[in-house]
Amino acid sequence: MTYFPEEVVEHIFDFLATHRDRNTVSTVCKTWYRVERLSRRSVFVGNCYAVHPERVVARFPGLRSLTVKGKPHFADFNLIPHDWGGFSLPWIETAARGCPGLEELRLKRMVVSDESLELLARSFPNFKVLVLISCEGFSTDGLAAIATYCRVLRELDLQENEVEDRGPQWLSCFPDSCTSLVSLNFACLKGEVNAGSLERLVARCPNLRTLRLSRAVSIDTLSKILARAPHLVDLGTGSFTIDHRAEAYHKVMNNFIKCKSLRSLSGFWDAAPRCLPAVYPICGNLTGLNLSYAPAIQCADLIKLIHRCSKLQRLWILDCIGDKGLAVVANTCKELQELRVFPSDFYGGGIAAVTEEGLVAVSSGCPKLSSLLYFCNQMTNAALITVAKNCPHFTRFRLCILDPKKPDPVTNQPLDEGFGAIVQSCKDLRRLSLSGLLTDRVFLYIGMYAERLEMLSIAFAGDSDKGMVYVLNGCKNLRKLEIRDSPFGDAALLEDVGKYETMRSLWMSSCDVTLGGCKTLAAKMPGLNVEVINERDESDEMEESPSDLGRVEKMYVYRTVAGPRNDAPDFVWTL
Amino acid sequence: MEVSVSDFDNLKATELRLGLPGIDAPEKPAPVSPRGSKRALLKANEECWPGTSKSLEADTSNQEAQPMAKAQVIGWPPIRSYRKNSFKARKAEVEAAGLFVKVSMDGAPYLRKIDLKVYKGYKELREALDNMFRCFSTGMEGCNGSEYAITYEDKDGDWMLVGDVPWEMFISSCKRLRIMRRSEATGMPSSP
Repeated sequence: MTYFPEEVVEHIFDFLATHRDRNTVSTVCKTWYRVERLSRRSVFVGNCYAVHPERVVARFPGLRSLTVKGKPHFADFNLIPHDWGGFSLPWIETAARGCPGLEELRLKRMVVSDESLELLARSFPNFKVLVLISCEGFSTDGLAAIATYCRVLRELDLQENEVEDRGPQWLSCFPDSCTSLVSLNFACLKGEVNAGSLERLVARCPNLRTLRLSRAVSIDTLSKILARAPHLVDLGTGSFTIDHRAEAYHKVMNNFIKCKSLRSLSGFWDAAPRCLPAVYPICGNLTGLNLSYAPAIQCADLIKLIHRCSKLQRLWILDCIGDKGLAVVANTCKELQELRVFPSDFYGGGIAAVTEEGLVAVSSGCPKLSSLLYFCNQMTNAALITVAKNCPHFTRFRLCILDPKKPDPVTNQPLDEGFGAIVQSCKDLRRLSLSGLLTDRVFLYIGMYAERLEMLSIAFAGDSDKGMVYVLNGCKNLRKLEIRDSPFGDAALLEDVGKYETMRSLWMSSCDVTLGGCKTLAAKMPGLNVEVINERDESDEMEESPSDLGRVEKMYVYRTVAGPRNDAPDFVWTL
Repeated sequence: MEVSVSDFDNLKATELRLGLPGIDAPEKPAPVSPRGSKRALLKANEECWPGTSKSLEADTSNQEAQPMAKAQVIGWPPIRSYRKNSFKARKAEVEAAGLFVKVSMDGAPYLRKIDLKVYKGYKELREALDNMFRCFSTGMEGCNGSEYAITYEDKDGDWMLVGDVPWEMFISSCKRLRIMRRSEATGMPSSP
């Protein structure tokens, strides 16, 4: 390797787009390691307990953008107890000491307190971007601190967080001098909003392109905002409900017409069907549409709307669209890449809103489909095989049949062949979620064909340890494996313990793994944290020492260079 | 002493319970408790899947309970709590809000307002209106008799006669009520 001055090496590294590539070049030699770490501006930490914040900050002193993820994915479904961990404060404190030049912070599934938001706001004079996804632990007071002290804030993006409402004042905390906002998303807030403050804020931020309003924002306010910000690209509409006043309706429609740049719509929290035509004028330009929080809009009105959205690339919808509605999507939205169909009746047993027919229709009409999340009442092997043939480009395929362990209703067979067809056909598949009745066979297929698979979610599936072993042996690129209510035990867990160091994490709950098995794993692999989560019933007496033969209810295993964590609550044992 | 089926029916008839007589409230199936294990935290309104994914509960009480308990396995379906909570909140709002509609009566000097959610059916509604407007009736038979007809304005703005559609459908489409003199309603003079 000929001599290159470090400036040149650094310049070459600038062209490396992904974290993975930069991580790789840093391992080539000491020089490259040094050049890389000093020039690194953006770091992604997939598991906040895999590494100490101090180590990250020490290694990358020039850090400008930090992304950290906390709780495992199943926390979204209440499977992880509330105070398990994932605290953001240590990260913010350490960054405040070690890289005051931090400009961007993105946190997902973490506990964020008002204290940490205040520290964040005061510690980084150049702070520009804050993105919080599925976080909790803070209130609007914390947002007030961000608004007050982040003088050059460009992006405040709050996605699906649980935020305690302490009043609408936070929005008024943006000083008059704040004109830099490009993106503001407070759709998840539940409390009142000061309409006047909001309108003035929008009026003085000429670069605002994304604005997602919460439910408390009325359509009158929306109307005024649209008039002030016709250059919006991404809009979350707020409540979007009009009561019988024709002039309010026409005003909002006229203001929509002026928004020539609008490409993405969401919100519609309380939208009634009669309000929808107000957005018809801009439907032809839409590439993204999220109606999944609008249960009042039924199939017929959804169809009328979607008919006009021929450029749609991303659609999030409720299952009241029905198979009939999905057929319209298939005929109209030829550019569709991502489809999510959510259930409006969570517990099934209701009217079958979408079935395999809808999915087959979309697959045949939308050849560019690459990302799917589909909640349905039933699925057949034949349908999955057809979908696999029609859409070989899936990168994300998540199917949730609402009734656990439901077989193919036509043949009464498990869905092994159907999912097998998907993994065989979709060579770029990176994420897969299974459901329905499944035997070990489906895992044999997954191990054989899903070479690029990075994340696999399993629930109520499989017959024996063999299933899990097929996956661990076969999927070379597996990073995250999460399993619940499946008959995999110690033999599968311990089959290839080295595998877990190549992965970010493994989650197993309500399986057949025993405490003894977990202890063995922990003993063999000191580079892993093996966490056993043991919630006690109140009726239980204090157990002396639970037996090694006892089944472990919840286990979370992850690779780490930080050793066992020091903030684990009582009910989490790191073995 | 064995209790026969007919004895059960008789016992049921004399049972004390809340609710109007004649209305058969469906009994809630008994909650199924997890067997012995310290299985996941039971939330206030969630019950465990009867039996585990491995065993099948054979007893009949569970089979009856299944359609209900089936509904609620912890963390299933895999929908983010944020989404679940926002739908739950909205449902609760709709249920808590009540359905207040104005009631006018021809000839009465002022209107009243009632919460339709409070009544279980047409009979209760009529009785309540009768009580409310009794003082305004000409003394013949009150608004329940042949002197008056109860009408309502629906979502489309049309005036309909109360009682034609199922109760649930009625309360979801009723915007206001009007107690109309029969003579106006039918275009015929009221019976002497």
